[in-house]
Amino acid sequence: MIAAPLPAARFWRLSIAGAVSFLAVWSIAALSGITSREFLPAPWDVVDRFGQLLVQPFAGFVLHEHLLSSLKRFAMGFCLAVAIGIPLGLLMAWFRWVDRIVSPAFEAVRFVAPIAWVPFAALWFGTGIGGPVLIIFMGAFPPVLINTYRGAQQVDRKYIEAAQMLGASAFRSMTQVLLPAAVPSIVAGLRISAGLGWQSLVGAELIVASSGVGYLMVKGQAAVSTATVMSGMLAIGLVGLLIDVLLRRAQMAIERRRGI
Amino acid sequence: MANIQFQGVQRVFKQNRKEFVALKDIDLVVQDREFVVIVGPSGCGKTTCMRMAAGLEHPTGGHVRVDNEIVTRPGPDRAVVFQAFALFPWKTVWDNIEFGLKSIGVEAVERKRRIEQYIALMGLGGYEQAYPHQLSGGMQQRVAIARAYVLDPKVLLMDEPFGALDAQTRVVMQEELVRLARKNPRTVLFITHAVEEAVYLADRIVVMSRRPGTIREIIDVKSVREREGWDEHKRIEDVMDLPSFVHLRTHVWKLLREQQGDDAH
Repeated sequence: MIAAPLPAARFWRLSIAGAVSFLAVWSIAALSGITSREFLPAPWDVVDRFGQLLVQPFAGFVLHEHLLSSLKRFAMGFCLAVAIGIPLGLLMAWFRWVDRIVSPAFEAVRFVAPIAWVPFAALWFGTGIGGPVLIIFMGAFPPVLINTYRGAQQVDRKYIEAAQMLGASAFRSMTQVLLPAAVPSIVAGLRISAGLGWQSLVGAELIVASSGVGYLMVKGQAAVSTATVMSGMLAIGLVGLLIDVLLRRAQMAIERRRGI
Repeated sequence: MANIQFQGVQRVFKQNRKEFVALKDIDLVVQDREFVVIVGPSGCGKTTCMRMAAGLEHPTGGHVRVDNEIVTRPGPDRAVVFQAFALFPWKTVWDNIEFGLKSIGVEAVERKRRIEQYIALMGLGGYEQAYPHQLSGGMQQRVAIARAYVLDPKVLLMDEPFGALDAQTRVVMQEELVRLARKNPRTVLFITHAVEEAVYLADRIVVMSRRPGTIREIIDVKSVREREGWDEHKRIEDVMDLPSFVHLRTHVWKLLREQQGDDAH
């Protein structure tokens, strides 16, 4: 059974209590002396380091420059996934033969974790931009394709029939009817895809890059600066959250306009 | 000359390897500018008839022709008004009506002229930029009718277009459709299971029976309507009180009632 939603005041009280206890446990563990502060810095150490990284270059750049370079890779991989995934998903839903050609290869590949492409990325692209983009693409592509395909398949037949009787060509039916009708499902897919893409990015940068947040974290590890590593984690978390919030806003705006 | 011809049309469905005949020996010609209403009990295949004329389904025997051409696929010369409206929820009223015109390549100035004409005719003024979900069922169906009429199709196919509307709205829409049909006569094939609606709208009524779906009787309403001067009455209730209307209604009712007897067993 799904529980009823909580009243707003209680909702916020509980959320804040959760966050405070997490920070409390972390602080106690850091201060207790179980491990040295070098291995587990306290929350304020991380915040401190985060501030420093914004002004003092580490591993070649300051933190927001690393972030910018990560976001650039992410944008390229994500856009590539969207540019291929959405049209391909629509074609698969519209033409059964496209589905038959694409499905076997896709099903075989999609369970391979994006990080498993790192050896190929390194061999094919070295430390160029291609490697991380490939890995992000591998993470972001499957949810876009699957959600576009399923969303398009579940579009009510009546819209397609209406388009056909109104004289729309196959191309017009796909772009003007099938695509917008599948948009709620596609946007839900984009959220998952952005999340997975952003996660894979850091994995990619840990190995094949010379800038970016992942690279900063590797260098932090090499310098035995766990506060640097955790600052990187914090930055990744915040940016990931920001991307998701933006996409959720878009999703809500679309649903409101449709009266869902 | 735009007519619809059903020539020995048959439709057989296969279900669990058993064949069952949904439609048998359908022969019917809807003449140019004639308003033909098919009535019948649910499951008699009347919607299938309409969908075959639209090209959304295909006969397993015989042919459906529109303008002497065998129907093979849906097209803008045979505009459909669906029971479930089927408006595009992501498009405004204006864009919904414009969709078909753009599909068939009508140029912008002409599109605007025609859309404005039908927006005025269907009483949709002021709602051009509204989305379908912001409109009542009756208003949504007005948009769907405008979307079909604006294409200036050879024939109009209507599948229980008022079936999802409440009783009052339904009456208003019936009156408006009659007004539209008299002012601007088209070849119309209209499907319904509501007897009064059929008698009120039709030039001819086709009564169907089921298992298998066949034509039971074709009734000429137009000659009665013109002789008895139904069109002089503006309101549907005044027409419905006329003895000639009551007589026809009872006749159709009896034809349908006789079949319902089969269900009692």
